[in-house]
Amino acid sequence: MGNISELEVRMRPSAMDMPVYPPKAITLASGETMVVRQVARDEVPILLEVLYPLLWVERDFYDIVAARLFGELLAYKRYRAKDEYVLVGLIDGVLAGMVNGRLVDEKTGMSYHTLTIRRGLRVGSHLFAAKMEYHIEHCRQDDVLIVAESPIGFRRWMIEYPLEKRFEVQHELGGVPSWVLPKDVYYAAKPRLVSGHRPVSDELMKSAATIVLPEEEIVVRQVAGEKEEQQ
Amino acid sequence: MNPVYIAGAGMTRFGRSEWSLMQLASVASLAALHHANLGDIPVDGVVVANMGAARMNRQTALGSALVDQLALYPAAAESVENGPASGASAFKVGVQAIASGMADVVLITGVERMRVVNGLEGTDFVSSLSHPEAEYIYGVTLPALAGMFARLFMDKFGVERKHLAMVAIKNHANAAKNPYAHIQQTVTMEGILTLPEAAVNNPPIAEPLHMFDCCPVSDGGASLVLVSETVAAKIGGPKVRVAGIGQATDTHTVHEREDPTDLKSVRIAAGIAFDRAGLTPQDVDVAELHDAFTILEIAESEASGFFPRGEGHKALERGETQLDGTLPINPSGGLKAKGHPVGATGVAQLVELTWQLRGECDARQVKDAKVAYACNFGGFGNNVVASVLQREA
Repeated sequence: MGNISELEVRMRPSAMDMPVYPPKAITLASGETMVVRQVARDEVPILLEVLYPLLWVERDFYDIVAARLFGELLAYKRYRAKDEYVLVGLIDGVLAGMVNGRLVDEKTGMSYHTLTIRRGLRVGSHLFAAKMEYHIEHCRQDDVLIVAESPIGFRRWMIEYPLEKRFEVQHELGGVPSWVLPKDVYYAAKPRLVSGHRPVSDELMKSAATIVLPEEEIVVRQVAGEKEEQQ
Repeated sequence: MNPVYIAGAGMTRFGRSEWSLMQLASVASLAALHHANLGDIPVDGVVVANMGAARMNRQTALGSALVDQLALYPAAAESVENGPASGASAFKVGVQAIASGMADVVLITGVERMRVVNGLEGTDFVSSLSHPEAEYIYGVTLPALAGMFARLFMDKFGVERKHLAMVAIKNHANAAKNPYAHIQQTVTMEGILTLPEAAVNNPPIAEPLHMFDCCPVSDGGASLVLVSETVAAKIGGPKVRVAGIGQATDTHTVHEREDPTDLKSVRIAAGIAFDRAGLTPQDVDVAELHDAFTILEIAESEASGFFPRGEGHKALERGETQLDGTLPINPSGGLKAKGHPVGATGVAQLVELTWQLRGECDARQVKDAKVAYACNFGGFGNNVVASVLQREA
């Protein structure tokens, strides 16, 4: 057993010092409050549960995003990804969406995925912005490498920010040409794309302490689109 | 003219659908036919309203296709394309057929499947209704026209963004009670306007219009069964009579109008409809207005004659257009939240009003509704169809 532990230690990537993402609260269009916070490795299994039914949802590329995110979360939980982090958005404790990424080096970050469960309230937009905030403001990085796997992502990131091309760099998601959010573009976009307030009240943090999965009906309606047969 | 009655109304849920165009049309039609309870009385004619199938779905001659789909041969079949007013125009064609004595039963179906194309193509498609040489080639879109209209209207009458938000909040709340609505999500003033987060939650689309001032792009179908007095008597059930229809046009380009904030075509169409009905705007218990953009609900509520010019937003502030107000407007959620499958919209407005007059709207039912009004706004106000319905005892 001792040899296995030693081997495991060798297999795990070295880890950089990463700051903890300070939780924040965002009021959504509906008036509901979404708490954005970082998740620990032991919270990964519940996130995998919500991803599983999405592996076969082709709409808006949920299948590929869910499948890749599934692997990335497992890699995070089992120490097979270097310097990865995961943030979630929770409304009354219920999972509304999640984002993840990793630090390539001290100055460069890499955005992995943004997956929204509760659609129509710009949850994905808020969570992606929180992810950029983490890289630029909290990890003090200069650039974040980004790609989009769906047209929605392309509109939200490449066009809305707007991102710059860095096509000479292959992104880890499929080796496709990277786009980049440089620090100055982030700060220019911040007033219209990054929101929320800190500190989060104890009461709200308490409500967000345990991740609750949305009902499957909500996942189907919000993500896969309601089945017309239900009418 | 012979009296015309609406014997049945049905629709699909609006939203993003996996169904084909003809599936949407068929399901809505079957729902309306079932609602009408025609028994073995044959359908004489079918009129299908649609704006974009030729371009977005590669399908034309929808009237013939629907007859075939539902095996309604040898019913006469027509297709009507009149921009966003296609639905009420098709309704008018059906009403004319029965009023003239040429038919006893006519099925009117509006259908659109827009989410099959991406947002840019969808926006471009709808923009094709604008003037090709004076508007379209300069990149004019419907949100852009509505933004310019809103700016003028707000400056002239003191309408503020909070009033636009009030329309959105009201219509989202109504749609949350409508199982057929595209968006069943309530929104708050804080979330879409007053808190700092609102800047992200509700980004600008075409200033002063923001995301929650604009209707969604929807797929959907809606149908009505129109019958003659003889058939209405035979099938029994609640009687909803088509009391009056009015239609009016205006200049194709908005900037050629003497006063672009004056929705003259709405005013004239509504006047004709009320004259033909022998009723006035004050008789109306419930209305469905064409709120593709929130500003249009306010402007149309004035041009239709419900409120004096420049006073629509004040009536809104007083709560008069709420579900429990003196004149509930858009109890369905309107285009704003129920959705806007363009060719289906005018029919869907009348579906909602038929259900309202029959007392079949459950949580969003307007109490004791007897007279209803719909405004189907085509182009950017260059072709408007207004309809008045009346419940008979």
